[in-house]
Parts: sequence; structure tokens; C-alpha cells
Amino acid sequence: MSPSAVLQNRWVRFAFRRAGRLVVSLWVVVTAAFFMIHLIPGDPVRGALGISAAPEIVAAQREALGLNRPLWDQYRRFISGLFTGDLGNSILKRQPVWETIAVRLPATVSLAVPAFLLALLVAVPLGVAMAVITRNGRARRAELGFVGTSVVLGTIPDFLYGCLFIALFGISLKWLPVAGRRGVSSYILPVVSLAIGAIAILARIVRVEVLAVLNTDYVRTARAKRLPAWQIYLKHAVPNALTATLTLSGMLLATMCVSTVFVENVFAWPGLGQTIVTAITSKDFPVAQAVILVYGAGVIIINTVVDLILALLDPRSAVSEG
Amino acid sequence: MTRVQKMLGTPLARTAAVLLGLVAVLAVLAPVIWGRRAETVDMTGILAPPSAAHWAGTDGLGRDLLARVLVATRLTLLLTLEATAIGVVAGFLLGAAPFLLGRVLGRAVTWLIGMAVAFPGILLALFFAVIFGTGAASAALALGLASAPAFARLCQTLVAGVLARDFIAAAQIGGVGRFRILFRHILPNIGAPLAVNATAGAGSILLSFAGLSFLGLGVQPPAYDWGRLMMECLQSVYVYPLASLTPGLAVVLAGLAFNLTGETIAHSLGIVTMSGLRGQSRRARAASRPGSRRAGPTGPASVRTSGASDWPVVPADVELTSQDDGAAALLSVRGLRVTFPTESGWVSPVRGVSFDIAPGEAVGLVGESGSGKSLTALAVAQLIEFPGRVAADAVRFAGAELTDGTSHRHLLGTSLAMVFQDPMTSLNPTRRVGAQLAELGRAHGGLNRRAALARAVDRLEAVRIPEPARRARQYPHEFSGGMRQRAMIGLGVMLNPRLIIADEPTTALDVTVQAQVLDLLASIRRRDGVALWLISHDVSVVAAVCDRTLVMYGGRIVEDLPTARLRTAAHPYTRALVAAVPTMTTDVTAPLATIPGRPPGPGELSGCAFAPRCPLADDRCRAEEPAVVSAGAHRVACWHVAEAVR
Repeated sequence: MSPSAVLQNRWVRFAFRRAGRLVVSLWVVVTAAFFMIHLIPGDPVRGALGISAAPEIVAAQREALGLNRPLWDQYRRFISGLFTGDLGNSILKRQPVWETIAVRLPATVSLAVPAFLLALLVAVPLGVAMAVITRNGRARRAELGFVGTSVVLGTIPDFLYGCLFIALFGISLKWLPVAGRRGVSSYILPVVSLAIGAIAILARIVRVEVLAVLNTDYVRTARAKRLPAWQIYLKHAVPNALTATLTLSGMLLATMCVSTVFVENVFAWPGLGQTIVTAITSKDFPVAQAVILVYGAGVIIINTVVDLILALLDPRSAVSEG
Repeated sequence: MTRVQKMLGTPLARTAAVLLGLVAVLAVLAPVIWGRRAETVDMTGILAPPSAAHWAGTDGLGRDLLARVLVATRLTLLLTLEATAIGVVAGFLLGAAPFLLGRVLGRAVTWLIGMAVAFPGILLALFFAVIFGTGAASAALALGLASAPAFARLCQTLVAGVLARDFIAAAQIGGVGRFRILFRHILPNIGAPLAVNATAGAGSILLSFAGLSFLGLGVQPPAYDWGRLMMECLQSVYVYPLASLTPGLAVVLAGLAFNLTGETIAHSLGIVTMSGLRGQSRRARAASRPGSRRAGPTGPASVRTSGASDWPVVPADVELTSQDDGAAALLSVRGLRVTFPTESGWVSPVRGVSFDIAPGEAVGLVGESGSGKSLTALAVAQLIEFPGRVAADAVRFAGAELTDGTSHRHLLGTSLAMVFQDPMTSLNPTRRVGAQLAELGRAHGGLNRRAALARAVDRLEAVRIPEPARRARQYPHEFSGGMRQRAMIGLGVMLNPRLIIADEPTTALDVTVQAQVLDLLASIRRRDGVALWLISHDVSVVAAVCDRTLVMYGGRIVEDLPTARLRTAAHPYTRALVAAVPTMTTDVTAPLATIPGRPPGPGELSGCAFAPRCPLADDRCRAEEPAVVSAGAHRVACWHVAEAVR
């Protein structure tokens, strides 16, 4: 293929467009994280070290953070630091920030990803089943019960689930460990706490999407073929409801990654969520900055991956747009 | 119904509003009533479980938990309202930015908002919490700013809606300044939806605030809100595990109260919501997904009022004979009725339809949109879904009684084919065309995967699709409209059907393609000896293909006649339809013939359905449903014909 022919290819054009968006979004997040420190009212170093700190220590810390340099120079160093893995040093622990991130990030991901998979695994079949049961206004009571339950379950914050589970399964029944990250059993309560709310929200959306698809002409065509019911639902309806479900799932996974902040603090889970809460309360700004950056980049990467999957799954969607 | 009654129309809305009122009353009164009790330290009764004296137990200093939860209502609510106010104001200013700042800056702000809403709210809140530090005021500011992008997007939508209206243009032409327009003209018009959404949004903000305080980033001791209480309860979880239940319940109930009040009012007033906006953007991304069925075009309801002198023209050979039992017919329908429930009771869009189709015969069914012809086809094909109901004296197809309660899946799957109106939406967009044909062969033709696909390619070739093997691997969106309809017909002849029901198969197609599709249907019918039931609003389409024509009006068949006799039809409606078709000899200087009036809706019928539009209608026509008179192959339901015959 000639170069111009490659550029004509819609997949190539799509890849370029999407990569461009990815870079710009990442740049915005990096810039926001950089300026975050400079937006802090007052003197961040004084704030971190306290009023009683000796002037030499404050000056040394300011020097270490590079706050004496011109803003543009700081920005340049910050960005080049990202490429070399130099995110600065923790004020509190006096060790490189990236070391903390390297230890803590896997703990958070190992909580968010299983919770997300659990949510998908439960919510999608549940939503499809509820759509089938309640389609065309059948089973009004089941519909009311489902919607009501899912609204309430979706409203309860995950840290409250965490507290309840600790009280119930950890302390009263003593079935499961309630703190720390040791062994598979320690994952159960935090993962379920994270997943329940997501299941409620996702199942509701899946039901609405599948209901919409069940009313389309092509499902009528499938019915006119007299296919077995399961084929109509699984082969014809569900794939068409996936686009919207996946888009929402991406948002959900991003939210779950950040929501671990609550669950981690409930279950004393050594992840990024605990790190950032400690960093904020103790004004350890380099650490807070880095964690925010990791969260933000994570959200952007998840969104990009979802877009790619959507483009692969749905032959008409993103690739042909714009 | 007053506005308030309408807003609180459902029990859910009332419950939510009452709950919200209760929270507000508690916020005012609780600190006054229980303030001292909540502060009373009792070191002898630390972390006590619920008792008569302390309904929810006590905390680490022996203070009454229930009293503390009730007292905390005020601080929780105040902080929630503060954060919400910050979010709404910031959101409004950001949302109005495109209007205030002009095109370039406005687009930049819009882009930033679009990016910000892609981030979870809690991440934005943490971002601002880093900047502002810990504390109640900082947390309120952080949560307010974190909710601003969502409010901004809502405001953008609302402002854009108002801007499109005439009085804004008038104000702009009149030289009114932008800020004045914003606050005097736009704000009053978006105030109500903004307030309703702010109420719903306050629910989420309340929950998030509890989260921040729970993490120790919000309210600091000695002050306490519900989130802070939950945090303190968690610290004593080993001694009194369920202590966090009381503040937790308060958080959930108050959050739900705000949320549901906002959402139910928005729903009853038809206001766009933030959650709805999220749905919209999802739908926009799912872009070209074929949506609701295209509305059928209105038929050529046209006629030159025929002079009274040509009436009645009853064919000379009309004899009254009783109808046969349709034993020789391929399809025999007797007394078919379709009923649907509506808010005002049951309506019957199809009210007693009887006809036969012989093997290999081509029968047309013409009528305007809403005459019930498509429902008749769906009812015969057993495709009417709940809550619709089908009743019939008999529907016999290929020797089987379809109304006997069994599904007849195999018979219908092999012998009855359906071609629907809109080929753009009738094929599944996520499956390859070949696979969509092949699955019929696998389900009913006993073919394996490979043989079914080979048959599908063969059928695509039979419906004159070029390069059928390559096309079979493509998705419907890679086909043109005419090709998709041919693929649908190919699906119809996948097995060897005995009847093809084609419901407006050409309506959605270009005129040139229409002829090709009709030609294809006719040639398949000739070649395979398949019976064809062609449903159309267009008499000329039916006349071109069919041996016999059924004319439907108001849910009944008003005339059943050989197509060759259409020009001498007996029913005034048929005559009007025929006269409305322009031919080469039509006087082009005269206005196109039309039938005055509109077809009746189901449920507004008495007497002959056509009477209100019929030039011949008399009192009897308006009062009594006309009986069917038949003569050989010709049946008519019209009082005038019946009398002339008599």
C-alpha cells in the first residue's frame, strides 16, 4: 500500500485520531496535576512542615521540590521527570514517590479489576433476564421490585457496605478477614463492597438497553425466523445492547478504580487510596500529586481502551464517525 | 390539576418529598432538642449497644449515638447545600460560557467541560481536596467544584434550548447586552429545570460529602456530620460492630430523598436531567444504531369525488353466494381480530377480517396507514406481542390450525416467510448478512453450518446480489437499501416457503429500486410457485403484481376483488383509491384527486368506517356496519352495493 492509501484506510485514520485525543487528554491531566501544587493557597512547604520548622529545613525542602525555579522550568522538569520515572520525593517518608506508587498501584488494581469483573458477570445476565421478564410491560411487579431494589442498593455508598460486611462477616460471624491484604479470602469483602453498587447501576442500564433492542425491527425479523428464544436474546438482542453497556462499563471501571479510596480505608488495604488520604491529611504534596496523576491517567487509558473495543465490536461505530 | 399536584402525582414522589421535609425539619429542630444530650459524656457507658436509654447505643465517650445522628442533620444538610450552591453557580457560569465568551473561547470551555465529565466525580473532589486541604469548608468547596462540570453540561443544554427561541433573537437585535440577556431572559427560563436537577444532584453531593468526612478529609472534630460519625463508629467496630448503621441509614435515606424528589419532579414535568444527559451521550456514541421503526407513509388518499351518476356500478355477474370454508386454500383466515389495551380501555385496530389465499396465488392488501393491514399480517404470522391480543374463528395455514394454542414453530419457520417494510432496520446490524440467512437454514432446514452458509450464498445469488460469496461476509451497513431488501427476500426464500408475506417491501426504497424488488418478488413467485401476500398503501404496486386485491379500511376488509376489475370496483373507497392513481391519461392541469378527511382511529367507529368521508353516505351507513355481499370471487362491504344487489 502506498503511504496515501494507508492514510485513506479508515482504521488508520481512526487510530491517528484516537491517539491524538489520548495525547491531548494526558497532557491536560499532567498539566492539571502540575498546577495543583501551585494553586494551593499559602506556602505548601510551610504547610507541609508546620510553622515550627526551622527556616533552613524549609529552604532545603523548597529547593528539593524545585519551587525556587521559574515556573516554566519547573513545568519542563516535571514533564521530563515523567519520562524518566522521577516523580520527586515524598516529604513525609523521604523516599522516591515512584517507589510508593509501584507498591501501592498493584494493590488498588487487584481490588478494582476483580470487583469490575464481578459486577459485569452479575449485572449483565441480571439486566438481560429482567429485560426479558419485563418486556412490553409484562410482570409489572417484578419490574417495580427490581427498579426499587436497584435504586436503593445503588445509592448505598460502598464504604457503608464495607462497614456492614465487617460487622457481619468479620466480627459477628468471624468468617472472613476484615483488614489488610493477605490471601484470597482478604479480597472477598472489599471486592464485594465495591461491586454491589455497580451491579445495581449496571443491571438497570443493561435492562433498559436490552428493552430498547427488543423493540427493534431486526428482533422482529429474528422472531419471524422462529428461532429458539435463547437465540433471539443472546445472538440478536444482547450484542446490540453491548455498545451502550460497554461505554457505561468503562465509566464504571474508572469510577471503581478511584472508589477504592473508600474501601481501602475501611479494610486497611495498602493501596493508592490509603496513600492519597494520608498524603492529603499530612500535606505530602508530591505524593498526592503523583497519585492524582496515576488516577487521571488510568481513567483516560480505560476510556481509550473502551473506545477501541467498541470500534472492534461494532463495525459501524467510532471508525466511521467524523 | 395544579402544578404541585402534578409534581407529586405518584406515591413515590410524595414519599420522597415527605422524607425531604422531615430531613429539613430535623435540621432546624434537632440541635435545639437533642443538642445537650448529644454532647453529654458518660464514661461509664462507653460503646454500649442499643438499650432503652440509648436506642442506637453510645459512642467512644458514652454519648448517645441517636442524638448525635439527629443533631448532625443540620451540619450535614448545610454543607450539602453549600456545596450544591457552589456547583450550580460554577456550573451555570461555565455552561453559559459559550454564550458569554463568543465562539473560540466558548468552544475551548465546552471541550474542557466535556473532558472533565469523563472523570469520576470523586477523583475531581480529591484533586480539589489536595488544593484546599482538609476541613468542612474546603470539602464543600472541593465537592462543589467537582460537581460543576456535570451542572455545566446541563446548563449548556438548557441555555442552548432557550437561545434557539425567538425572544432571545429579538432581545439580541434590540441591542440588549449579553449579561443582561443571560440574567433577565435566559436564567428565568432555565431556573426550574436547574432547581430540580440541583435537588437531585444534592443527593449525590450529600453521599460524597459523607464519603469525604468518612475519610477524615471533611468535617473535623469536635464538629461532626454523618460521615464523621460513621468514621468514628468504624474505629469502634470491634466493640460495637453495627454502630455505623444509624448514621449510615441517615445518609442513605437523605440521599435518596433528595435524589428521588428531584428525579420524580423532573419526570412529571418532563424536564431534562443530568442522568438523562448521560444516557443521551451514550446513545450518541452508539450513533447509527437503527432505532424506532420509521413511520409508514400516508397513502395516496385521493379521489375525484365521483359523480352520483356513475353509482352504483355493480358488476353484472354478482351473485350472492355463501362463502366456502376455504378448505382448498393455502391460507384461510376467518374473523381475525387484534386488540390492544390503551389507557381508555381496549381498542381493536383489526375487527373481523376473513380471506383466503390459494397456493401460488398473489394477493394484494391495500389501505391507508392505520387501516390495520400490517397488524393483520403480523397477526396471521403469529407475531403480535404482548400486550396485543389476537382472536380468530380460524387461521388455517398449510393444513394446520394456527390458533390451536401450539406454536407451529417449524411449520412457520419453513413455510412462511416475511419481508418487512424497512430493510435498513430489519437486518441485525451486528451480524453478517450470510449468517443471518444461514441461521434459518440451521434452525429449520436441518442444515449444518457449512451447508447453511452455502445455501445462503446460493440464495443471495438467486435474489441477484452480485458477488454473493463476498457479500455474505459483509454487514448490513455495507449493503445499499435495495440490496438489503433483496437480502431480506433471500432470507424469505432460504428454505422453500409456501407463502411470502411482504409488508410494504418497497416503501422505504427509491422509485427505481422499487420496480426491481417487485419484479424480483414476481419472478420468485412464478419460478417457485410460492403464494405472495403483498401489503401496500399503493394500489398501483398491488395492481402490478397481484391476481386479487383486498382493500382494507378501518380494520375491516371492505372489498375483495380480482385485480383486473379494480377499475370497476364496487366500494366507494376502492374507487376513490383507484381514481387517485395518476395515469398517462390523467389531466395534468386538474388538481390531483384526493379523498377528503382522514381515516378513523380505532375506537371512534360507528356504522361504516368510511361513512364520514364517503360522498354516498346516508343515515344507515352512519348507524350500521355494512354486511358483506359476495358474488363468486368478489366481496364488498357496503350498504349501497347490498341494496343494489337486492
